[in-house]
Amino acid sequence: MAIDCLVLGAGQEVGKSCMVVSINGKRIMFDCGMHMGYTDSRRYPDFSLISKTGDFDNALTCVIVTHFHLDHIGALPYFTEVCGYKGPIYMTYPTKALAPLMLEDYRKNMDRRGEDEQFTSDHIAECMKKVIPVDLKQTVQVDKDLQIRAYYAGHVIGAAMFYAKVGDAAMVYTGDYNMTPDRHLGAAQIDRLQLDLLITESTYATTIRDSRYGREREFLKAVHNCVAAGGKVLIPTFALGRAQELCILLEDYWERMNLKVPIYFSAGLTIQANMYYKMLINWTSQKIKETYATHNAFDFKNVRNFDRSLINAPGPCVLFATPGMIVGGFSLEVFMQWAPSENNLVTLPGYCVAGTIGHKLMSGKPTKIDLDKDTQINVRCQIHQLSFSPHTDAKGIMDLVKFLSPKHAILVHGEKPKMATLKERIQSELGIQCYCPANNETVTIPSTHYVKADASGTFIRSCLNPNFKFSTRSSTDKSYLDSNKSKAVSRLSVSDDRATEGILVVEKGKKAKVIHQDEILHMLGEKKHEIQFAYCIPMPMARTEDLSSTSHMLCGFDKSTLISRLSMILSDELSEGNILDLGEELQVESFRVSVCSSDNCPHRLSSSLQNGSESVFFCCNWSVADEKLAWKIISIMKNSTL
Amino acid sequence: MRKVQTLKYAEEACYNGTLVIKAFSSGLEIGTCNWTINGPKRNIAYISSSIFVSTHAMDFNFLGLQGNDLIIFSDFSTLDTTENMENDNTYCDPVTSSNASDDLYNLEEIAASLLKDDESMEEMEKLAFICTCAFDSVRAGGSVLVPIDRLGIVLCLLEQMSLLLESSSLKVPIYIISSVAEELLAFTNIIPEWLCKQRQEKLFSGEPLFAHVKLIKERKIHVFPAVHSVELLTNWQEPCVVFCPHWSLRLGPVVHLLRYWCSDPNSLLILESGDDANLALLPFKPMAMKVLQCSFLSGISLQKVQPLLKALQPKLLLFPKDLRCKIQISEANTIIHYSENETLCMPSSKESTEIDIATDLASQFHWKTLKQETVTRLDGELFMDQGKHRLLSGFRQADSKQHRPLLHWGSPDLKRLLIELSKMGITGTLKKVMDSAESKNAAGIIDIDDPEKALIDVRETGTVIITADENLASHIFKAMDIVLDGI
Repeated sequence: MAIDCLVLGAGQEVGKSCMVVSINGKRIMFDCGMHMGYTDSRRYPDFSLISKTGDFDNALTCVIVTHFHLDHIGALPYFTEVCGYKGPIYMTYPTKALAPLMLEDYRKNMDRRGEDEQFTSDHIAECMKKVIPVDLKQTVQVDKDLQIRAYYAGHVIGAAMFYAKVGDAAMVYTGDYNMTPDRHLGAAQIDRLQLDLLITESTYATTIRDSRYGREREFLKAVHNCVAAGGKVLIPTFALGRAQELCILLEDYWERMNLKVPIYFSAGLTIQANMYYKMLINWTSQKIKETYATHNAFDFKNVRNFDRSLINAPGPCVLFATPGMIVGGFSLEVFMQWAPSENNLVTLPGYCVAGTIGHKLMSGKPTKIDLDKDTQINVRCQIHQLSFSPHTDAKGIMDLVKFLSPKHAILVHGEKPKMATLKERIQSELGIQCYCPANNETVTIPSTHYVKADASGTFIRSCLNPNFKFSTRSSTDKSYLDSNKSKAVSRLSVSDDRATEGILVVEKGKKAKVIHQDEILHMLGEKKHEIQFAYCIPMPMARTEDLSSTSHMLCGFDKSTLISRLSMILSDELSEGNILDLGEELQVESFRVSVCSSDNCPHRLSSSLQNGSESVFFCCNWSVADEKLAWKIISIMKNSTL
Repeated sequence: MRKVQTLKYAEEACYNGTLVIKAFSSGLEIGTCNWTINGPKRNIAYISSSIFVSTHAMDFNFLGLQGNDLIIFSDFSTLDTTENMENDNTYCDPVTSSNASDDLYNLEEIAASLLKDDESMEEMEKLAFICTCAFDSVRAGGSVLVPIDRLGIVLCLLEQMSLLLESSSLKVPIYIISSVAEELLAFTNIIPEWLCKQRQEKLFSGEPLFAHVKLIKERKIHVFPAVHSVELLTNWQEPCVVFCPHWSLRLGPVVHLLRYWCSDPNSLLILESGDDANLALLPFKPMAMKVLQCSFLSGISLQKVQPLLKALQPKLLLFPKDLRCKIQISEANTIIHYSENETLCMPSSKESTEIDIATDLASQFHWKTLKQETVTRLDGELFMDQGKHRLLSGFRQADSKQHRPLLHWGSPDLKRLLIELSKMGITGTLKKVMDSAESKNAAGIIDIDDPEKALIDVRETGTVIITADENLASHIFKAMDIVLDGI
């Protein structure tokens, strides 16, 4: 059996995340996003690849949306209301609550840009009615076979990674996530799961970031300098998420510095959005949660609503305006007014989709931007790029992949060359097969299956007792931090052979059964035949002056002295095994050795003493399990003198 | 509380890899739940007092309790009621008469009948009645005292009462006096995930989950930590409606206020009815104050027990002995009655433990065919996770791991052994045969001269290979392996 992943969006790019995964007969669509860089049909995933006939209800088991960003949810109303998908849709409570705001804000902007409206307000409302909200860690039984579960992802409020399990096969789709906590959200959290597949975002596939506090200070300083000089600060953001995070940051700073400069929210960013945040405070970071009873962090004191007439009002201000990346709409309107003055400041997020004005501002230092054939904007204002981002960095991605250790990994939501680098790292450092497919490609990976067998009580009980074996062995250790340097280290290795004491018995017409090895003889009605190895080995004695014959030697040294001498030799030379000195004999695992005084020991191959030198015979026996160890000991004994 | 691990509804908590413990909403209050425990040998569901359709908390998720072979029924809410279930079979009739084949249809039908929200309607009517009683009192100039401790009922009463007061021209303040009220009221507004559908809809349309947020802001509801709070004393105004603890009428602000109002015939005390209501009121007698005792739905009503169990289909049902006379349960389930301080031993539902073996691992096994069965030694690592035994490929490399049998049985045929040895280029002679003439697999000693000197001492129960050469030893072992059965 296999898992098929059809990439409908965010393959080797950022935008319109959409992945259709077929797993043991179930078909799940993860995310249903739109591309902000296009205005034609390319902005939506190519849904016809899911079903040629357009019968999406039978083609898909469910749709899962990870968070409310438009590149993850933007195509959903189109898919449900225009394409006609009527099946279940799952998202977390905050996503369900906030997604309509995002969609509505986007729709209005689309409207203003004069594009043909692909969905209406009613479409959004109808679409959201089909959504089943889920809580974190809640195990949702979509149908008899499909189980899904959401895990906290950080990134934006309500963002979740989704675990899906059908039969024995299991996978995780991360959506966007952040492995470090920020001002208002915690870090992503997930259980250690047995996974066949991990699909992860890779926005910052090669970037490693340092602490965010320094970067936050930079941002605050830039804003403070600008307003202190009487300038206006434009912060283009999407309606939710980054706006609230920055606002918490600014509020805090305003309080501390006792600033009185107004902070405005543009119409799209209704203060009502904060109402949602207040109710969803359980989804924010621990610190904010703890203070909800006395002061809800989303009760912003300095924030006011913005009016279009204030655009050219004198005096400094800070304005949060939608949409982000200056794709159009109100943020573009304000940008056109404010960009020509060098007093003003525009802050841009760490990532802007190609094709947006935000992207143009970030690449190089343009002085003029052509909006269309007739409109040109002079850009003299300062540009500040926010260097903290709600996405995980490369280390975070590696940490997550290593933590989950899936059998396969797929990278999406990133830039092609960087993804290729990360893919190499995952394959070489973690030994996990990794793919980064392009849009409309399908990746097929094998999935786990289990066969069932009944286990006998004896086997289960024997498995409850540890059965450790310790051995030191040298191995090449590939250090995680420095992949180029591998060094040989001698280390203690612990092995546990509990499972290998089990025997699987399959009989025609009966269920397979696992029994303990001690039970098989009884089951077969057979008697055990034990095969042992034995060898009575002569060891030369170091000559001592006053003793000349073997018999004297034996009189002179009692057996236990000889044994303890042998024990010393072995412990010097033998790197593994645990040598037990039992007085009359030595024991290393199943290997036993004792001083042999019988001249016709059946285990002696040559009875003659070589070169007349004095020797002592040691009678050894062992079983096949410790064969290697036994021969090592024998070769040591052959080459040493007592 | 630091020792408590909190769970969401339907979150899996795995204890020791063996037991998977889950909570499902029971509908009684915010956060109340029924539990399921799934282990390798048994699945158990524990049903406590549950309400199918709640006015505020998330509904009773009885479908989540399906698929458990043992159900412990522990809803004692009907114990004190007088209603009986002997001849009232109207609920079960359509269910029992239909065939087992349309189980799915049945389940849907049962579920629908269970979720018929006539009960919650009834509850809402009760609340409305209480509100009109309270309204009558305040209109007559009396005050209303509500020492009810059930959070959901208090929250609903707050909403309805203020709605009623608002619709009239009366300006009557509502006071809540409790040291935890402020935090509790703030908390109830940040937990949409734990509330009923209608409340969740409020989240999605951006309204507060409970109206009290707005009412506090509009200063229609006043919250004070204690009866002696300065704010309370300066704000106090009569007539008023006061919510305060404690329902026992022995502690908290209620004691003072009851003393104060008990002689006022216009005032009203609203109590939750119980056996000891009379006892509770005893110290305040004689009372001129009116007392309204009301009972609220606090569990599964008797006529819904049977269809519920039908929907859940347990193999085994543990039912309280005390409720036996109240309800007849159809014989379809095996019922065991339990009572306090009594340990019951349940028969195990699964005979043996099951092991899941990963197919990629199983395909690498070295199978050996015996007379009737094929056998193989297991490999990999055994995991116990989520109540399942799983055998997965181990992480250690299969380096130099020789698959050689460790356990042998049968008795070797010496002549065959010699032939097998000679195939490997090892020559030897049968030196000594023990006197067991009747058996062809006689015991004896084989003397090897080529390529090295060695001895094979074969006996009935075991063989000793005597050699000083590692290579030769392993060859002889291989030959022995061929003439013996082993694994």
